[in-house]
Amino acid sequence: MAIQFHHQPGLVVYLTIGDPDIETSRKIALAAIDAGADVLELGVPFSDPLADGPVIQRASERAVRNGTRMEDVLALAGSLRKQRPSIGLVIFSYLNPILRMGLESFAAAAEKSGVDAVLVTDLIAEESEEYCAALKKHHLQPIFLAAPTSPDSRLERIAELSEGFIYAISRVGITGTQQQVAGDARELVTRLRRYTKLPIALGFGISNASHVAVVAEYADAAVVGSAIVALIEQSGADQAPAAVGKFIAELRAPVASESSVS
Amino acid sequence: MAEQNRTELEMPPVATVPGRFDAYGGRYVPETLMAALQELEAAYADAQRDPAFASELSYLLHHYAGRPTPLYYASRLTDSMGGAKIYLKREDLLHTGAHKINNCLGQGLLARRMGKRRIIAETGAGQHGVATATVCALLGMECIVYMGQEDMRRQELNVYRMRLLGAEVRSVTAGSATLKDAINEAMRDWVVNVRTTYYLLGSVLGAHPYPTMVRDFQRVISVEARQQILEAEGRLPNAVLACVGGGSNAIGAFYEFIPDKNVRLIGVEAGGRGHELGEHAARFQGGVPGVLQGTYSYVLQDDAGQISNTHSVSAGLDYASVGPEHAALHDSGRAEYVSASDEAALQATVRLARTEGILPALESAHAVAEAIRIAPAMSRNDILLINVSGRGDKDMGILARELKLQGA
Repeated sequence: MAIQFHHQPGLVVYLTIGDPDIETSRKIALAAIDAGADVLELGVPFSDPLADGPVIQRASERAVRNGTRMEDVLALAGSLRKQRPSIGLVIFSYLNPILRMGLESFAAAAEKSGVDAVLVTDLIAEESEEYCAALKKHHLQPIFLAAPTSPDSRLERIAELSEGFIYAISRVGITGTQQQVAGDARELVTRLRRYTKLPIALGFGISNASHVAVVAEYADAAVVGSAIVALIEQSGADQAPAAVGKFIAELRAPVASESSVS
Repeated sequence: MAEQNRTELEMPPVATVPGRFDAYGGRYVPETLMAALQELEAAYADAQRDPAFASELSYLLHHYAGRPTPLYYASRLTDSMGGAKIYLKREDLLHTGAHKINNCLGQGLLARRMGKRRIIAETGAGQHGVATATVCALLGMECIVYMGQEDMRRQELNVYRMRLLGAEVRSVTAGSATLKDAINEAMRDWVVNVRTTYYLLGSVLGAHPYPTMVRDFQRVISVEARQQILEAEGRLPNAVLACVGGGSNAIGAFYEFIPDKNVRLIGVEAGGRGHELGEHAARFQGGVPGVLQGTYSYVLQDDAGQISNTHSVSAGLDYASVGPEHAALHDSGRAEYVSASDEAALQATVRLARTEGILPALESAHAVAEAIRIAPAMSRNDILLINVSGRGDKDMGILARELKLQGA
């Protein structure tokens, strides 16, 4: 399968799977898709999420405590694939849970579940040879992160290895919401365009419709993560699917052009 | 003697296979940090080529930290066991009380050279935090130390020392609130402030170039010890013993002996209070290879790849992974890794204190415990060399509780 964006800008939604539990994650995922998400990043909870801010740390901790495993995340992907065939599905993980399962076993199981792509937070291009080979063998697309601190030589390498889309990090830092889309973001996307024709999704700190509108000016898609994870935390299991659906519909709604944000 | 040692302290050559120790090591970090790691690698390579860097580091190690440290023949401990002769490499006599200062001086000078004025560090037992705070005071830099809340509780005196030295100590409550959690938080700080901040990592852990660079700065331990034992005995020891948390004192104590195939290298991990996952920090007994905090090495983890909690009476050994160079030495069989329990470490502390008047850090006491275990079966002509990586003043609270010294 290949990732496709059906909207401009596309919307990528990150969920920590297993927070508050797998069944609720499934309902939230369906609500997100039906409200207009193009791609879901299914976050595999990890005990030591060092690239994440407090919101996703807490979600991850709850999901690990529930006993959520890679196998559960892949099973959820399989069920979503059946129910919503055209949704883009990305497994979003730290490296260790994948290594523990084994690169080959993981890639085979992900393919079988109908996963499109994989993004590993703590895997850089230079260390990715075996990983990319395993993904390729199972028709999975590797997605790499590009950062404002990445020099052009690294962006070129990241662009070469990535498929589906490139995830551009809007600012130097960890995941979490912020007031404005960082000024770093536009420059990074401009630099990346020199090396790729792939869609560029911008993430980190994108949490409302006006942010999405700013992103639409220069990137192809917006990634929304912590804002949704925080909403799930506040809503509780019963209310979370409806709350997330409503929030995503709002992100999709046209905004009065107040896009003076930097 | 002093002049000779000054020469010996020159910087080692650049590592032959950068960042990899056989299958282990590497760089597993968020992309945001890559530019900083590459900048650090280049700055370190540049410093290694600069005689002025080596000369300033050598000066500070000698006149500020107190190198060379003595190699002391522990005759009463030896006599009490009736076996191998035991020598102690006295890193505990260094300024700030542990080997950590060797690395902090090196990296502190490197940070200054790179123009970074904001230093962050993690600490477990607090010895690396104290050494970092000390070097930041010496060089006039801002210092922030991340420390698990549990470690702050059990190593309270070191928290006061860091604050007295002008450092800010930030409490970390996530996970088990120990060293691993402090490293996560320090790495998050570094990701956020990467453009202005130097991360002064305290052990042979993390992404390249840290495991190589920290080893290079600790290598002075075995450079001295090898020469000292040859002077004292005219021969090499049968074994070198060191405790292994992240593994910086051990790699420093082992390194120059690696080519000496007849010298056994024995790393002693924390056996804690039991064999179940979560009750110890013996990575080579309960761990499997994986990635934690930037490097590929042995990691204590469950079958879903979640990192286990660990336990040790010594905060400095209480960590779920181990330096990647130790993983390579383990797999090649060049070094052996064993464990000593909390109880054995406590008993070794008492024994060394009462036979020699030397109070080792609880971390170092693990190495002493293994020497006490194996020495009696060895011949009087055999020699064991223990790296006493730090002193035990910081542990008085724990020792008083565990050994019920109150009112005695």
